[in-house]
Amino acid sequence: MSAAASSGRPREARDIFGFWRRSYAMLLKEFIQLRRDRVSFAMIVMIPVMQLLLFGYAINTTPRHLPSAVLLQEDSDLGRSILKAMENTSYFRFTREVHSVEEFDYLLQSGKVLFGVEIPRGFERAVRRGDKPALLVAADATDPVAAGSALGALGTLVQTALAHDLHAGDPPNMPFEIRTHARYNPAASSRLNIVPGLVGTILTMTMLIFTALSVTREIERGTMESLLSMPIKPVEVMFGKIVPYVLVGFIQATLIIGIGVLLFGVPILGSVLMLAALSTLFITTNLSIGYTFSTIVQNQLQAMQLSMMFFLPSILLSGFMFPFAGMPVWAQYLGEGLPLTHYIRIVRAIMLKGATISNLQYDTIALIALMLLAMTIAVTRFRRTLD
Amino acid sequence: MNSASPSASDIAIDVEGLTKSFGGRTVVQNLSMQVKRGSIYGFLGPNGSGKTTTIRMLCGLLTPDSGTGTCLGYDIRRDADKIKLRVGYMTQRFSLYQDLSVRENLEFVARLYGIPNPREAARDMVNRLGLSGREEQLAGELSGGWKQRLALGACTLPSPQLLLLDEPTAGVDPKARRDFWNEIHALAAEGLTVLVSTHYMDEAERCHEIAYIAYGNLLAHGTVEEVIANSSLSTWNVTGDLNGLAAELTGKPGIDMVAPFGTSLHVSGRDRAALEASIAPYRAQARWHWQQSEPSLEDVFIDLMSRSRDNFQ
Repeated sequence: MSAAASSGRPREARDIFGFWRRSYAMLLKEFIQLRRDRVSFAMIVMIPVMQLLLFGYAINTTPRHLPSAVLLQEDSDLGRSILKAMENTSYFRFTREVHSVEEFDYLLQSGKVLFGVEIPRGFERAVRRGDKPALLVAADATDPVAAGSALGALGTLVQTALAHDLHAGDPPNMPFEIRTHARYNPAASSRLNIVPGLVGTILTMTMLIFTALSVTREIERGTMESLLSMPIKPVEVMFGKIVPYVLVGFIQATLIIGIGVLLFGVPILGSVLMLAALSTLFITTNLSIGYTFSTIVQNQLQAMQLSMMFFLPSILLSGFMFPFAGMPVWAQYLGEGLPLTHYIRIVRAIMLKGATISNLQYDTIALIALMLLAMTIAVTRFRRTLD
Repeated sequence: MNSASPSASDIAIDVEGLTKSFGGRTVVQNLSMQVKRGSIYGFLGPNGSGKTTTIRMLCGLLTPDSGTGTCLGYDIRRDADKIKLRVGYMTQRFSLYQDLSVRENLEFVARLYGIPNPREAARDMVNRLGLSGREEQLAGELSGGWKQRLALGACTLPSPQLLLLDEPTAGVDPKARRDFWNEIHALAAEGLTVLVSTHYMDEAERCHEIAYIAYGNLLAHGTVEEVIANSSLSTWNVTGDLNGLAAELTGKPGIDMVAPFGTSLHVSGRDRAALEASIAPYRAQARWHWQQSEPSLEDVFIDLMSRSRDNFQ
């Protein structure tokens, strides 16, 4: 060092502007570092924008145009105008017409429709005779929010629907009655809906982070260099890193479901074995996705950020917080790409509806496909050299 | 080594024209070298000269942009997997798992290489390293010298034919360094080839052959004696009242280097006649005692370094 000129000598730490000068130096340094950290910078913009757009456009707590099935036992003008009136409430959208009770139940159980309307044989004649027959509307009430407002709209339906066909009298003199049947969660307890959903949400969060940090941790600690110089293949590294956490995830799932059953009284109507098997599949899918993240990012902070980026839409678009059927189509397509969407359907169906594997084929295959996709990306992305 | 051709069997490393650049900056340029089997080959050069990059290319951790070569008879581009099985690489920074114990680290390595009895192999290595009693200690809690021994143990565990050691003794005390070099010589005596990079001149002198690399170029190679003889450097040793002399001599024609060594000063230059002309007035004075001496390896390297900077920067 050359002799310091008087202006270049460090000042006494006591001087009056010292606090501001040092704070400013620190602040400047942080800004420079922030600017260099591209991913963090992107997150600053992406997270709020994404959250806002998702909340603003995709989330709808009074969902409309919900998929419904109709079991038409007779083809009558009255039946058709009732269905038309239901669609006019904008809550129902008839997507399926079935011809047997089994098919009707299957659609509800597998979650393909949220409502089923049965127009019984001889309905129109019974109305004309003044027998006050009953029209059955069965609702999948696992999600009380989705079912609630639609069922509420049925109350005034009779008068408005029949204005053209019949002279509807006062409520006591209604020509027929609508009998609603809230299936799977008759008490409309939101706890029954939320606890199974939480299983998936908690597992997504924890599993993702476990493996998202795994490769970057090796790189940051310098152990990757040694690992790569040894004869091990990318697939072997991946399996070695995923398998231990499958066990961790399984313990976690058992714990959450156990608490749900014992403390919150959520039933498991379906097969416990199938629940365990599909939960393991879901855990592995999430671990694979987390592992894929860790082969993409540069450091552990980015790994955490990417996990958050994935976790956020998972919560909003999977049907966990808000009814899936109420989202616009584009958001539903996005949701289909998230493992949580499929797992939430699976776990609700098994626990609350007693669904069997035949009800859940589609969601199971979707989970397997997402898992294989993630693993393929991870293995191809894994850098075998330090280039 | 069935697949190696007979002519290559006494050459462990044979590379030609290796070039590697990162983001437009050439780190290794047209580097060719040959290392004989069973020899200890010292790899010297300033920081950032491309030593680590070269070592990484040799063991398949980096792909060269151009150039060809073999390591133990295997192509460094195509046969990285075969090379990895037979080469032990000790990284510059400790790269075993800090949160695993000594035993667990060694067993991990043994299992990766498919050694039949990993527990036994790890136990034998612990004994060989003199780490008995510390098997269950976490690697991260070991001192620098012990970490380095453990790292050497881990890369010799799978009985490699070639060891690549990247500055293995950086930050290690002299006693541990000496023990380390005794171990290296013992391994070489067993037929292992060792390529070791270092900054220390005394370590360079322990090698059978050395190579000097700066700014990605191999500038000199051979035995220590050959490298010094080929340097064509003349050196004078000055003692006496050295106050201010160094500053006075620096920059005079023919004087390329002035370096203090304790109570004496090394004055060196490549142009013997110009150097002698410049120091003649000082030699006439009784304040100093001038003596012609052999340039040290350090003199030679510093000279190579400053020359290469002129050429390549």
